[in-house]
Amino acid sequence: MRYVDEFRDPELGRVLATEILAAVEPGRHYKFMEVCGGHTHSIYKYGVDDLLPANVELVHGPGCPVCVIPMGRVDDGIAIAREPGVIFTCFGDMMRVPGSSGSLLEAKAEGADIRMVYSPLDALRIAKHNPDREVVFFAIGFETTAPSTALTLKRAKAEGVPNFSCMCSHVTIVPPLRALLDSPDLRLDGFVGPGHVSTVVGARPFEFIPADYGKPIVVAGFEPLDILQAIRMILAQLADGRCEVENQYSRVVPYEGNRRALEVMAEVFELRPHFEWRGLGFISQSGLKLSEAYADLDAEVRFSVPGVRVADPKACQCGEVLKGVIKPWECKVFGTACTPERPIGTCMVSSEGACAAYYNFGRFAREREVV
Amino acid sequence: MHAGREERSPSVGRASTAAPIPEREQRILGIIETARSKQKKFRDERVNMAHGAGGKATQGMIEGLFAPAFGAQTAEDAAALEIGGAALAFTTDSFVVKPLRFPGGSIGDLAVNGTVNDLAVSGARPRALTLSLILEEGLAADDLKAEVEAIAAAAQAAQVDVVGGDTKVVERGAADGMYICTAGIGERDPRARPAADAIRPGDRILLSGSIGEHGTAIMLARGEFDLDADIESDTRSLWPVADALLEEAGPSLRCMRDATRGGVASVLNELARSSRVAMLVHEARVPVDPAVAGASEILGIDPMYVANEGKLVAFVAPESADGALAALRSVPGCERAAEIGEVRTEPPGMVLVETSFGGKRVMDQLVGDPLPRIC
Repeated sequence: MRYVDEFRDPELGRVLATEILAAVEPGRHYKFMEVCGGHTHSIYKYGVDDLLPANVELVHGPGCPVCVIPMGRVDDGIAIAREPGVIFTCFGDMMRVPGSSGSLLEAKAEGADIRMVYSPLDALRIAKHNPDREVVFFAIGFETTAPSTALTLKRAKAEGVPNFSCMCSHVTIVPPLRALLDSPDLRLDGFVGPGHVSTVVGARPFEFIPADYGKPIVVAGFEPLDILQAIRMILAQLADGRCEVENQYSRVVPYEGNRRALEVMAEVFELRPHFEWRGLGFISQSGLKLSEAYADLDAEVRFSVPGVRVADPKACQCGEVLKGVIKPWECKVFGTACTPERPIGTCMVSSEGACAAYYNFGRFAREREVV
Repeated sequence: MHAGREERSPSVGRASTAAPIPEREQRILGIIETARSKQKKFRDERVNMAHGAGGKATQGMIEGLFAPAFGAQTAEDAAALEIGGAALAFTTDSFVVKPLRFPGGSIGDLAVNGTVNDLAVSGARPRALTLSLILEEGLAADDLKAEVEAIAAAAQAAQVDVVGGDTKVVERGAADGMYICTAGIGERDPRARPAADAIRPGDRILLSGSIGEHGTAIMLARGEFDLDADIESDTRSLWPVADALLEEAGPSLRCMRDATRGGVASVLNELARSSRVAMLVHEARVPVDPAVAGASEILGIDPMYVANEGKLVAFVAPESADGALAALRSVPGCERAAEIGEVRTEPPGMVLVETSFGGKRVMDQLVGDPLPRIC
């Protein structure tokens, strides 16, 4: 495939891997967090970590928008989905995420009309085709997907679709990063910055990471060569004693972001005072809700939701795993109460989460390391 | 294609860090291993779509509910029976594909070919089928006629007789147009007794052609994505393919599977697990049509997990692999057949992929259902 295969060239990958090997200080252990779930996915899909020296460790960050939705929000979604006459729509990956008593997939099996959509516009189309039903879209995601939700809401308002509403669980990228960085026990040497989010917000919002916390960050694309190049760029910063925001993904990410997308988000959304993240707890100003002007499209206003906070199980240590403080197997519930079949925390929910990956592949990873 | 990826630059790769595994980690790895090798349980309160996806939930249902009830011991696509001295293979299947017609075929073609293929990959020459039709009130007579004709034509092409059937009609809404349930019977071929437990480390893994066409065709035919591509289902009888392999490799043909629901990845995982072997697949050698690769790329799907209805995976002893591959490629429609990997001993139960990019990863079993009602 043109414009795709070029970024997956194994020869160039080998060159980069050799350069990375040359750039690491022997005896020093590096921990870099890839913030975005999309990066985690690419790293697994292409086996990128297999090309890295053993002393360069990638820590999977909080950037999987599905996994960070707390149990209470899933419960609220299920409560709306069970209201008579409601068609509840969401992205496919959201269906498996457990609430306090089951997932949306299980609620569907019990009779709720829950449908998978690929875009918020599909949900709006379902609403237009079913004027006698209430159609609710469960909006999730970082600034990457928020603009498409915003545009859909604008269209719903302009076209006057009275039976469409949105349960907004959009989150923003900077507050959780700040929360991670504020933690005194953080053990990270640098960040592979989230490329998709940055197409919207730009690279500038990450300037606080080098400025306030002294860690380098390189915004990166999602092809394997992008990720390897970003790692090499972080290593170069560390070797040169530099600490700055660099943009590896300049073919897509403008440093200042996408102004029109930011404008439409500002019109449709406003910040919640705080939002709960699975595994990370409450983080202030980290979630979006519909603005005053769009309140009549807010499913949480239209329907009564339990809004009950379900605490993460005390023993769950996702926060520490995310910060790189402990390894998955050091968590108190790992492998016993928390398994991929019955996950507790965010790191086990997604198959690409650090804990699920270790559970499924840890034995293999161990064997590989001692080869 | 990037052949010869095996020789990696010696300076690259994991440095040797044979650090001792901490005692607690060792214990946790033990717990995981125990959980993994334990027979799966069926503990769900209700059936959900994942139970039909052929992944972990299906496995739990089979190992935790069906196998204990019926005492089934093997994981073969067709049961081997000895009746009155005749070596027979017997199988059953059902078809609920949506939509009923799609580029390259229809539910009627699938019903015949899917059943025939379960027999063929068990090393049996398909002989006869029965079909039960479950029809929804209101189904257009033209749709029914078209499917009956499709069934007749597919049966003729596959050289099997349709020897019996049954019809039920259910109220509108109690089915989606039509469902088909089949049973098939075949004669086990004396040239080989392919089975999962015959797979040995060192065996080569052959694939009969390019993957992902059926699943992609269905996905696009549903019109849920604004995507258009010339991709047709690969539904066909695999008996000529199995026949060519039996003829060339004989007893060196260890095992065959048609890579239907869950794709090649699911077939390999199932076999790695049941045969307690590892498999290594070279991604760059797996043939994928450019249109399928493009659609998968856009939709974020790995073609290794996408369903096929006319492709088989064969395990052949290493010394017979080249001949078997040549025989495969001589079958019309299998020109792109390839040797995609080999069977290893470690780590047992796992499928590893050497990616086209040069890294290695685990190709795991599916957990959820990316696309229900594919066949």
